[in-house]
Amino acid sequence: MNPAPASARLWWALAALPLAFLGLFFLWPVGSVLARGLAEGGDLGGALAVLARPRTMRALGTTVALALAGTAGSLALGVPAAWALSRFSWRFSRGVRALVTVPFVLPTIVVAAAFSALFARSGLLGSWGLDQSPVAIVLALVFFNVSVVVRIVGGAWEALSPRLADAARTLGASRARAFWRVTMPALRPAIVSAAAVVMLFCSTSFALVLVLGGSRVRTIETEIYLQVNQFLDLRAAAVLAVVQVAFVGVALAVSARAGRGRAPVAVGGARGPRGLERVGVAAALAPTLLLMALPLAALVERSLRTADGHGFDHYAALFAQPARGVLPVPVWQAAVNSVVTALVATALAAAVGLVTAQLVAARTRRATALEGVAMLPLGVSSVVVGLGLLLTLNRSVLGVDLRASWWLVPIAQAVVALPLMLRVLLPAARAIDPRLRAAAATLGASPWRVWWNVDARLLRSAAAGALVFAFAISLGEFGATVFVARPDRPTLPTAIARLLSRPGIENVGMAFAAAVLLALITGGVMLLSDRLRTRVGAEL
Amino acid sequence: MSGVDAGVPGAGAPRAGVSGAGAPRAGGAGRPGAASDGLVVRDMRVTYPGRPPVEAVRGVSLEVARGETVALLGASGCGKSSLLGAIVGVVEPSAGSVSWDSADLTRVPVHRRSFGLVFQDGQLFPHLTVARNVAFGLEMARIARDERRARVAELLSLVGLEGLGDRDVAELSGGQRQRVALARSLAPRPRLLALDEPLSSLDAELRGRLAVEVREILRATGTTGIVVTHDPAEAEVMADRVLRMRDGVLAD
Repeated sequence: MNPAPASARLWWALAALPLAFLGLFFLWPVGSVLARGLAEGGDLGGALAVLARPRTMRALGTTVALALAGTAGSLALGVPAAWALSRFSWRFSRGVRALVTVPFVLPTIVVAAAFSALFARSGLLGSWGLDQSPVAIVLALVFFNVSVVVRIVGGAWEALSPRLADAARTLGASRARAFWRVTMPALRPAIVSAAAVVMLFCSTSFALVLVLGGSRVRTIETEIYLQVNQFLDLRAAAVLAVVQVAFVGVALAVSARAGRGRAPVAVGGARGPRGLERVGVAAALAPTLLLMALPLAALVERSLRTADGHGFDHYAALFAQPARGVLPVPVWQAAVNSVVTALVATALAAAVGLVTAQLVAARTRRATALEGVAMLPLGVSSVVVGLGLLLTLNRSVLGVDLRASWWLVPIAQAVVALPLMLRVLLPAARAIDPRLRAAAATLGASPWRVWWNVDARLLRSAAAGALVFAFAISLGEFGATVFVARPDRPTLPTAIARLLSRPGIENVGMAFAAAVLLALITGGVMLLSDRLRTRVGAEL
Repeated sequence: MSGVDAGVPGAGAPRAGVSGAGAPRAGGAGRPGAASDGLVVRDMRVTYPGRPPVEAVRGVSLEVARGETVALLGASGCGKSSLLGAIVGVVEPSAGSVSWDSADLTRVPVHRRSFGLVFQDGQLFPHLTVARNVAFGLEMARIARDERRARVAELLSLVGLEGLGDRDVAELSGGQRQRVALARSLAPRPRLLALDEPLSSLDAELRGRLAVEVREILRATGTTGIVVTHDPAEAEVMADRVLRMRDGVLAD
């Protein structure tokens, strides 16, 4: 089905929308930050001077160390859990599987609040003295990323026939040798791929480090934030942004190389564990479940703890005007701001994302190029996106003054949500057999009616799922939002971060209550998105 | 399956609602008309991009008279499906022309050609019922609902699937799916029906029976047809005339 010249013109006309959006709100801002960092006024020496500062080197070292430790920890907990969940099924295995995926849908600020509730001096494990320590951050990173490992490695494990290991056993291999010589090599690509993805997430967990690291642990991302907000050194921030982009670029390149070769569908070898296997399954899952349950329990407990016992005081306080200097508006107002901003962001992402998905569904050279551009924000830390928007759109653009405008927040969130939305939408769009469109055309349907009767109909539920997903992401977005949100109009995540940084049990308690609220909203929205998306599978 | 009472008008009746190239003419089924009557393909070439580019069809000329059914027979990869796609308009030719009753259709988009196409695997719309699948072409032609309903019932009985209109297409067997695909393509009364290996996804016994049925249906409706197949026996049964294809050109 070669496109006629007329359709090539239509393609470019439609492509103008995503290209203009990404160009104005992503490529230009991020590009000018990088240019500014590399050589402002043709001066590379200044950049090198920023790099050579001891605090920069320390932040870089901390970033690498945290990412490595977080990845190692996620694999150490995730691989055994993947084994238990993909090889065996028992009465509650479906529930456990669902539980393990919970952390990943939580906003980072909620995870940060939960670990803060656990390790803060007055917290459940406050006596361990892990407050503002790298250990607390690594544990939070593991909490967040175990589900990624379970999903990727578990998927490969399910697709691996148990007969393979059985065959090795009949050839004289012991159980352990069969595992190391047959099972592990077969799983290695999945493990490497999972490690690269986790590494990427670990190096962009801004909110976790900002909240849990306090003034002691600093990564490149939090250093960028500090340079902007406390030292007002935009040049240093831009140089650090270059380092951050390079670091994430390396992680992405590794993950792209490792990610080749999709796993086939499950062979369904899961069975009930027998004898000693029960102990193994319990031992494999216990650390993960404990790590998930403790912070969330601590978060809920702390949100209910008051000066004299337990109660819903902090939740009630969400509706009251906070003390002066803490927050300019009540938390419920921040929640309303969040919902409204996320709705606008979703509308923006939907307009751009749906058009883009249509344009890149067929793999032509220009489609691949456009997809690459639309996916780029995934490879750039949202902190850098926020910084770029702050620096470039801080003046009148095309006659529209976006300076300190409310619009910057939904725009930033839409840029962050767009690539994730496309990752949901594109497989569904590509699953439509092009011959189905040809069939409609031979029956007299014009290109427009082919789109309406075939594409639109078959993509309806996937699109709904992707939109809800984009909404959930926008709702919890922190890294970019914190740079562009006006102090007098906080979103729920920025309000939580602000409350957490203020002393006093009342403020912190309110932060925990607000985090529970955000977790409930996001969790519910994500559940809805999953429902909508799985219905597509049944339809196609 | 003697659905000859289907009330289908004579051969070459243009699809309702389509006022395209080729004015309606009265023509007896199977009449070997002048060279300009029916389908004329001249020096058709199809090239797929790549390094090096693949020339799937390398200059084919053929004619199909109104009411006639011609089989394109050849091994897989000989270019017969590409040729069929180029005639129908779902594959863009690199050179050559297609015309019907002397009117050039080479630049006319697929949906205005009134050429139907039955795919090897049916390509039924998964989100529509059997009846809605058959009605699809009629909806595109903006046929009124009552007439549409009557035509769908008529076609379903023609292919032996009376009363299955409300079924989900996923519930059908392979043979039933191909019958629905045939009914769907015939419903808007195409001037030409192209069938791309319509039976090859079915088992041998069913294939033999359906080949006869398809021939009967094409005859009964007076539809001009081109069947692509790799099975010589099937070609003999379904077509009035068999053209052999090899390496992108017609043998003989």
